Amino acid sequence: MVHETTMARRAAVPAIAVAGITKRYPGVVANDNVSLEFYPGEIHVLLGENGAGKSTLIAMLAGMQQPDSGEILLQGRAVRLGSPRTSLDHGIGTVFQHVLLVPSLTVIENLMLGGPWWQRLRKAPALARFQELSALLGVSIDPDAQVGRLSLGQQQQVEIMRALWRGEQVLILDEPTSMLTPRGVRDLGEVLKRLREKGVAIILITHKMQEAHSFGDRISVLRLGRFVGAIEPGLLSEMTQAEVTDKVIQLMFGSSDRGSAEVAALIGDRRNAAQLDMTQAPRLIVRHLSTSAERGECPVRDASFDLRPGEILGIAGIDGNGQKHLAEVLAGQRPAAEGEIVINGEDVTDRGVEARRRLGLRYITDERLGEGTVGSFSVATNLVLKEIGRPPLWQKGLTLWDKVHLHAREQIRQHDIRTPSERTPIGKLSGGNIQKALLARELTENAGIVIFNKPTYGLDLYNIRLARERIRESAGRGLATIVISTELDELLELADRIGVMFQGRLIGIVDNAPNAERQIGLLMTGVTPA
Amino acid sequence: MDVLLTQSFLTSLIFGAVTAGMPLLLAGLGEQISEKAGVLNIGIEGMMLFGAYCGFVAAYYSDSFWLGYLCGGLGGMVVAGLVALLCIRLGLNQIVIGISLTIGFEGLTALLHYVQFSKTYPRLSPAPILAIPGLADLPVLGRALFAHNPLVYLAVILTFFLGWLFRKSYVGLNLESAGSKPAALDAAGVSVLATRSAAVLTTGFLAGVGGAYMANVGAGLFVPFMTNGAGFIGIVLAMLARGRPVWVLFGAALFGISLAMTTALQVAGINIPTDVVQMLPFAMVMLVLVIFARHSVLPPALGLPYVRGER
Amino acid sequence: MSLASETQLETLAPHRPGGKFVRSAGGAMLRILLPVLLALLVGGIILLALGKSPFAYYSYVLDRGLFNWIGFQATLTRMVPLLLMAAGLIVAFRAGIWNLGGDGQFLLAAVITAALAPALIQVMPRSLMIVCCIVVSVAVGAIWALLPALLKARYGVNEIITSLMMSFLGISFANVLVKLVFRDPTTTVPQTPDLPVEDRLPRLFDTTVHAGILIALVVIVLVHLMMTRTSFGLKLQIVGANPRAAVHAGLNVAWLTVATFALSAGLIGMAGSVEILGVWGTVRADWNPAYGMIVVPLVFLARFNGIGVIGFTLFFAVLMIGGESAARRIGVPQHYVLVLVALLLLFLALVEYLDQRWRKRVKD
Repeated sequence: MVHETTMARRAAVPAIAVAGITKRYPGVVANDNVSLEFYPGEIHVLLGENGAGKSTLIAMLAGMQQPDSGEILLQGRAVRLGSPRTSLDHGIGTVFQHVLLVPSLTVIENLMLGGPWWQRLRKAPALARFQELSALLGVSIDPDAQVGRLSLGQQQQVEIMRALWRGEQVLILDEPTSMLTPRGVRDLGEVLKRLREKGVAIILITHKMQEAHSFGDRISVLRLGRFVGAIEPGLLSEMTQAEVTDKVIQLMFGSSDRGSAEVAALIGDRRNAAQLDMTQAPRLIVRHLSTSAERGECPVRDASFDLRPGEILGIAGIDGNGQKHLAEVLAGQRPAAEGEIVINGEDVTDRGVEARRRLGLRYITDERLGEGTVGSFSVATNLVLKEIGRPPLWQKGLTLWDKVHLHAREQIRQHDIRTPSERTPIGKLSGGNIQKALLARELTENAGIVIFNKPTYGLDLYNIRLARERIRESAGRGLATIVISTELDELLELADRIGVMFQGRLIGIVDNAPNAERQIGLLMTGVTPA
Repeated sequence: MDVLLTQSFLTSLIFGAVTAGMPLLLAGLGEQISEKAGVLNIGIEGMMLFGAYCGFVAAYYSDSFWLGYLCGGLGGMVVAGLVALLCIRLGLNQIVIGISLTIGFEGLTALLHYVQFSKTYPRLSPAPILAIPGLADLPVLGRALFAHNPLVYLAVILTFFLGWLFRKSYVGLNLESAGSKPAALDAAGVSVLATRSAAVLTTGFLAGVGGAYMANVGAGLFVPFMTNGAGFIGIVLAMLARGRPVWVLFGAALFGISLAMTTALQVAGINIPTDVVQMLPFAMVMLVLVIFARHSVLPPALGLPYVRGER
Repeated sequence: MSLASETQLETLAPHRPGGKFVRSAGGAMLRILLPVLLALLVGGIILLALGKSPFAYYSYVLDRGLFNWIGFQATLTRMVPLLLMAAGLIVAFRAGIWNLGGDGQFLLAAVITAALAPALIQVMPRSLMIVCCIVVSVAVGAIWALLPALLKARYGVNEIITSLMMSFLGISFANVLVKLVFRDPTTTVPQTPDLPVEDRLPRLFDTTVHAGILIALVVIVLVHLMMTRTSFGLKLQIVGANPRAAVHAGLNVAWLTVATFALSAGLIGMAGSVEILGVWGTVRADWNPAYGMIVVPLVFLARFNGIGVIGFTLFFAVLMIGGESAARRIGVPQHYVLVLVALLLLFLALVEYLDQRWRKRVKD
């Protein structure tokens, strides 16, 4: 962004600053002696991978957590932000990654939340403030609309309003673009620009290089809980995105070598399009597939595609456009309202999860603990969760526990799952190791079709790399693969073809060619190709 | 059959229905407040029972029905306080605690009654009645609906007040938020724990008053275990009412009618066995549940303790 | 809607499907004994407030319930329905199904048995009659649970409420059956026809304890084995611990819900049947021992573990028998036992909570 940072230079005192902040959790140092300054009228980007400590830092600024040591300074004065209320009272507003609005209430009711509880609702002053902020942000939303019915982009705008409601000193945004369409991202950019003009100190958390470059006036890089360096406004305004990428890599890894695998995981690489054998019969055929709409969820509408052995089909699209339903209906967890699913020539539309598994279908869910495993059960049990009752680990309905544990130890060794023992409750493992266990469980020998739903979500660089390697490797072995992801870079790196989901429809499938990104961008806004 | 349609029968039936339905109404309204905030109050039966005992003892020794209600409400709040501490503050399993409290207070009130009154069951003098001038003179309905202990009128007013509260006050917003998305309430700077605790304590008060009414007005005495499922019926009413207090009123009225049927039929000289009539209210609940199975709606965060930082 | 989320079951029942205690035996004993001691302590204070000596009461209860031969036999007899009902509840609670309709299921099965037995004994030998009655009672219990089970499986209707309502309904219905349908015309007090003592479950050796205790022990062990060693038991526990994972794993949650509910209610029905065949021989009008209330805390205290349940059932039976005696002799009403049970459960939940907090702090 080309922008004069004169405003920032004028303000010698940062609106908010952290000095020597350290925060520990059991087993990990989330923030290690971090010191940063945030100036009014400046968009200060905090860039870092998952686990770098960004979210912990802003949790403390938002009053949700307390630092173990160090200070938070407002206008140079040390303050203690003991609760979310205190932060809000100081004019620090936070917009979290997941929308924190009550879906059953209207926009204005959500904004009035937190008012004096001994009074009746006074809508007029709230509406006045609402108009004020709408003008400031340049957005127009119906205050009496039910939040549950708004688009995610609009909900985020309401969130920003809520964050600024009691004061416009500091605005913190945590991964704000993860749920937005490209258009929504542009709108957000406009809003942030206007706020910057007004002198708001904006802190933006992201792990995406491109976002950091396009939004930021200043970039501070965090890695493994430490501050490793910054790109000052004066420099940043002159750099191209590639130069920024190089500088960030240098700060993070000490050299600008783009060759290392971890770097590759950070910035992504174009897939070397392996030659796909298109003469093979498709292993999975889906025709006119639809699911029933359920409260708050987007159903699948009339989806059709083919999937060949060894092919990786990426499913792109903003979260909430039917991807979850698609994964579930393919896996057999959700009944199809219409259409058909054919595996290896067999119609499985009316068959359940188990039947499809036997035909080689595997589903790795995005909700590792919520759906994929039973957290209180042992790793061993979870590794065989989908095989219960079947030989060789079960005979006549009886569990052969010794064999189950033996099998588990073997898997743990083979897949490098870090766990104290096979009997440890799986909920105690780190996200990366749970993912390894899921991969071990699903990618068995007789797997033929695999559906990955957000396979690298919430993982650190190392495990992201591992997961992507396994995906590539299993496709290389001939597995027909579907990867559902909200990270376009990931799909561009992995997939042969990429389909886009928009409002439940699979509105287009493009080959992963050089101009794919532009085509996909269009599709994601609902523009179908002529 | 003509016996059923005589004025006196109808009057006594409706009068009895109101009296029998009152504790259910209060319990149901109280439970509705808790459920809205995301707390499933299994212990409400214990709250009612302790309220019944405290209310009875207070009215017995002071001859004041109002003091009886107050003490009943406070008694219910004691039980609710335990729920607030153990379930909301500490996050213990709501079902386990609820069942424990119900059993515990059933035993405790029976024990206290034994210690206080041994095997006797002293009666209170009949409850004072406030007849609404004019309305009380209507045929049939007059004596049935408008000549009751003043608490009845207060309860009806409370019903409409709650309806307003849920929709048009900050308290209502807080309750709704605590029940469906507590993280949003927390982010708005309102303590989820405080909101839920306040809700549960209010439930305790209302349930306690309901229990006191049951003992002092409904029966005129206290018998151990006398609530006999009234608290659970309150839970049912709250569940079916889907957030609208007026529907709790209807439900309580319906229930009251079926509960009052026994006495009314006996008065009319019709000999349907008590047990059969006693089955009616529960059979009705099951019927309603079956018919409206698809539509019973509970707040998403019901029963789950809130821990900041957990998603 | 299942309220037994992963965290909540974990809070109260850390069960490893492998069947072994992970933590040291000493720690486990402490976690069980501490709530008991605390409950006895606070209960003792209440006794003092009532003007009774706690020592006198407790020692009397122990003496009458455990150390006295007649009393001990009564204790063992009392254990029978408690064990069978506990077995039924373990099955349900482990699957996240809150079957609180035990009293209705128990009573209906008891009444049906009381009506059937005197009739069947005319045409078949005792052992066959006993088997028939038990089988029918299991069916009766299961059928009574069908409505709540289907409502939950199909529509997700909260089974706490439906099973409670069915329980009240069942108790009244059982009374109707006793007073109107199966009533023995020859007696003054309404009851079902009496089953003569020689036609009831045989006594063991020279004692007054009937064979039902053997049935109960076998059942509880079978249930324990089922939960820890069979695929069915494992599937149930998955449904209880994480219903979404159960769907993901391809389990037929609806069918498992109904089957578990039916099994649970069937076992409770068996309890009713065995109690009539072993002890009473008849059902009097308005008879309701309300064991269902006591068994719920029992099962929680034993952390849903089949073997642990045996110990706690003995404990509870001693309390009940000793307490009944104490009510007559010392003047502490039986209601006190309820208070003690509630205290036990409360302290158990507290101790568990403190234990978890302590362990988290140690880890840091």
